[in-house]
Amino acid sequence: MRLTGYAVDDLIAEFLTETAESLEVVDSELVKFEANPNERKTLDNIFRLVHTVKGTCGFLGLGRLEAVAHAGETLLGRFRDGKLEVNADAVTLVLHSIDRIKMILAGLETTGLEPDGDDHDLISQLEAMAEGREVAIDTVQAVSVPDRPIASDVAEAALVEVKAEVARTLRPGEVSEEELEAAFLAAEAPDWMSEPDPTPAPVIEAPKPAPVAAPIVETVATDLSTSLSALSAIAGGEDGTGIATTQSIRVSVDVLEGLMTLVSEMVLTRNQLLQISRNREDSAFATPLQRLSTLTGELQDSVMKTRMQPIGAAWKKLPRLVRDLSHELGKKIDLVMEGEGTELDRQVLELIRDPLTHMVRNSADHGLEPTQERIDLGKPANGTVKLSAFHEGGYIVIRISDNGRGLNTARIREKIVEKALATRAEIDGMNDQQVHRFIFAPGFSTAAKVTNLSGRGVGMDVVRTNIEQIGGQIDLNSVQGQGTTFTIKIPLTLAIVSALIVGAGGQKFAVPQTAVMELVRTGANAEHKIEKIEQSLVLRLRNKLLPLVQLGPTLQLEAATQEDPTFVMVIQVGERRYGLVVNDVLDTEEIVVKPLASILRDVDVFSGATILGDGSVVLILDPNAMSERAGNMLEEKAAEESEETHVDAQGQRVAMLLFKAGGGTPKAVELEHITRLEHIESSQIEIMEGRAALQYRGKLMPILTVSGHYHDLLAAREQEGHIQPLLVFTGEGYAMGLAVDEIVDVVEDRLSIELSADRPGVRGTAVVAGRACEILDVDHYQLRGLAEHARRQHHGHAVVETEAA
Amino acid sequence: MSIRDYVTLRVGGQLFGVDAARVHDVFHPRGLTPVPLSRPEIAGVLNLRGRIVTAVCARRRLGLAPREADAPEPLAIGLEVHGDSYGLVIDSVDEVLKLDDEKFHSPPGNLPPRWAEVIVGVCQLEKELLIVLDPHTLLDAAHLKAA
Repeated sequence: MRLTGYAVDDLIAEFLTETAESLEVVDSELVKFEANPNERKTLDNIFRLVHTVKGTCGFLGLGRLEAVAHAGETLLGRFRDGKLEVNADAVTLVLHSIDRIKMILAGLETTGLEPDGDDHDLISQLEAMAEGREVAIDTVQAVSVPDRPIASDVAEAALVEVKAEVARTLRPGEVSEEELEAAFLAAEAPDWMSEPDPTPAPVIEAPKPAPVAAPIVETVATDLSTSLSALSAIAGGEDGTGIATTQSIRVSVDVLEGLMTLVSEMVLTRNQLLQISRNREDSAFATPLQRLSTLTGELQDSVMKTRMQPIGAAWKKLPRLVRDLSHELGKKIDLVMEGEGTELDRQVLELIRDPLTHMVRNSADHGLEPTQERIDLGKPANGTVKLSAFHEGGYIVIRISDNGRGLNTARIREKIVEKALATRAEIDGMNDQQVHRFIFAPGFSTAAKVTNLSGRGVGMDVVRTNIEQIGGQIDLNSVQGQGTTFTIKIPLTLAIVSALIVGAGGQKFAVPQTAVMELVRTGANAEHKIEKIEQSLVLRLRNKLLPLVQLGPTLQLEAATQEDPTFVMVIQVGERRYGLVVNDVLDTEEIVVKPLASILRDVDVFSGATILGDGSVVLILDPNAMSERAGNMLEEKAAEESEETHVDAQGQRVAMLLFKAGGGTPKAVELEHITRLEHIESSQIEIMEGRAALQYRGKLMPILTVSGHYHDLLAAREQEGHIQPLLVFTGEGYAMGLAVDEIVDVVEDRLSIELSADRPGVRGTAVVAGRACEILDVDHYQLRGLAEHARRQHHGHAVVETEAA
Repeated sequence: MSIRDYVTLRVGGQLFGVDAARVHDVFHPRGLTPVPLSRPEIAGVLNLRGRIVTAVCARRRLGLAPREADAPEPLAIGLEVHGDSYGLVIDSVDEVLKLDDEKFHSPPGNLPPRWAEVIVGVCQLEKELLIVLDPHTLLDAAHLKAA
């Protein structure tokens, strides 16, 4: 074994990465251990992890770190041998020493050297406890560590574990592994473990072979074994089967990002090829191209998978958080986690980590009653905070629920009036759920007292904004006395987004579709006109004034002249709602977001760029930064208006049209959105270039399908005299038809939509006339229809010619 | 002694050199999408074989007069800085020269700072002076802001 090829710096960097991961595992393991001290496996795992840390730092000459780890390990060794009882004080002490280790690591991370300091206080306490003497824990100075230690940030940013599908039982192949395992699994602990040493000389006592060997084994082998031991710790804790069976290798994130870029480019090139092939008669290319297309899609999926990480990575800190909260608040709290293995893009994972932590803290602090109160109420003494995650469509759904007291509806009502978020009369007309949603309003906080833990002024509105910024949604459900459940629905990845391509000032831009609530056509002949107050533009929309931002002039491009057809995109960012004036809406497209070069980072209105199917580069607008740039007029609050729609939607009986389309659950749509129902002969529908249209009332009307493809329409055209039912939607100066399989019924019912994660085009599910239905998102289809319509105007001539032929 | 290849190029009549190892490719900057609100040096973004490349105008970066209306189509050299792809838009590319960087002179003290900080050294060729540029500082956001 040689040390060549490894600089000490590399070794330290690697050590930091590994240690950070080990420590996260230790944190949650310890909490498990405290709850169940007889769980031998958990203790073995903790012991092994601390030991690895200790061994490796001895090898690297990190004396201070090693001394603390050694003392911690000695104590753990006593527990392990059953010579000492595990109690809360002991666990607290061990946690203190882990905090200390984290602090030293953070210093090591920044300066490359161990920070100066004295650990004798801690070490002597650890030793005292190991020897069975009384220890006053309060005198141990708790070291405050950053919420997320720097080292672990780096570790997560630098490396992602790629799980291979092949599984094998851990084979002690390397000498180091073998010896390590042998040392740990020996039935009788060696002397150096069981007997606390009165004269600490840890360097000499460390078992040499394992830690010395570990870093020198070839990179992959080392990484593999570390991953395996980390995994075995997790697996062992969960199902008690001990040693891990998943094989994984470490791959640098750069490599994965590179792969992702290549695949994205491949997808774009594929799209270009498909576009070319569609316009050509000869079909020699068609079959291989189709195959290439499928393969590219599969490749893209696989590469996306490598960026996926289990959501458990964002939850690792929570057991410790809840444990500390439980002690501080004097409440007994059980944290239940389900679906830790549910995967999502690591970028999204990073963005939801903080909101999730905040919400769990909230649930434990505000949601759960104090233990005595629970007992008096006849509830189980232990409060439960439950986290669960699962996939639904292209989204991940996360639920955070507690079995505490539930929201205080009366208190919220008062607060709403107090804060002038709504009038008394409005509040009285709302049901509990609508009132509850006000906790997402800015500046809303009902915490009667500000505790150390929550109620720091950052409320649920920030959580909501954070989640909406990544295209997610949040909702809640609370029952007085029974608890509160928050449901979060977020897209699995941010790398590919669906966007509207708009034109302004002679240039094309992409706007993420998640931010666009609706499109309004304005201009000389349209019903809606843009009006001016002083120099500010506003739009009258359903008796409200919508402040407008002109895209062209804001970007210092030429403004739209009055004659130009103009669209207003109603954009919602957090609580702000504004209209973005563009000259044209050209298309909707799935785009691959690429970051801008660092030289362009100061231009904050763009969040990135993308290459369109035609090969041109367009910039992606950041609706949030646009609103900030547009200035003070955006103080308008949209909450009022959105609540109003909720009243309509939830309170009154609504006429609904039930229909079947694209298989699966029956669909429903509010009848008021539909202009007409038509039954036409399928043969009248023109299908070309993957788009369908119908000559309707003297104009060409785009036909959309729920599935997004036209196979069924094509097949139906083959049948003689097949009648196609259509739902016709009309808007400002355009119409579009949605082809459905069958119109079932028109019913009147109260509409209570359950927020659920699903495909675009579906708002959620609701029970209509006793049947579970998917509620159609009319806005989605109108946007698609409008984009289609705008496209046709551009290519109007071409379309007419094709028809003539 | 370290002798390296340098790509020589012209911007506004002046001869410049860039370490050939740093130059990924030479291309015509076509299909530029302007970036509104960006610094004047930014010519736009373009699609170079599926990569998004940010084009930076060397004339504006060095504070030289804009290109004449009848000038031939400009060229760009592809460079990579901090992992981002850039195209430095120049007038023309000359030959590749082998130069010994120990024979470079440090930039004379009377140069404007905009120039001085982007220059690795000045090399005395037989007929004229060759100014060797450092692509890193030339395309670095922080240096650009300061310029």
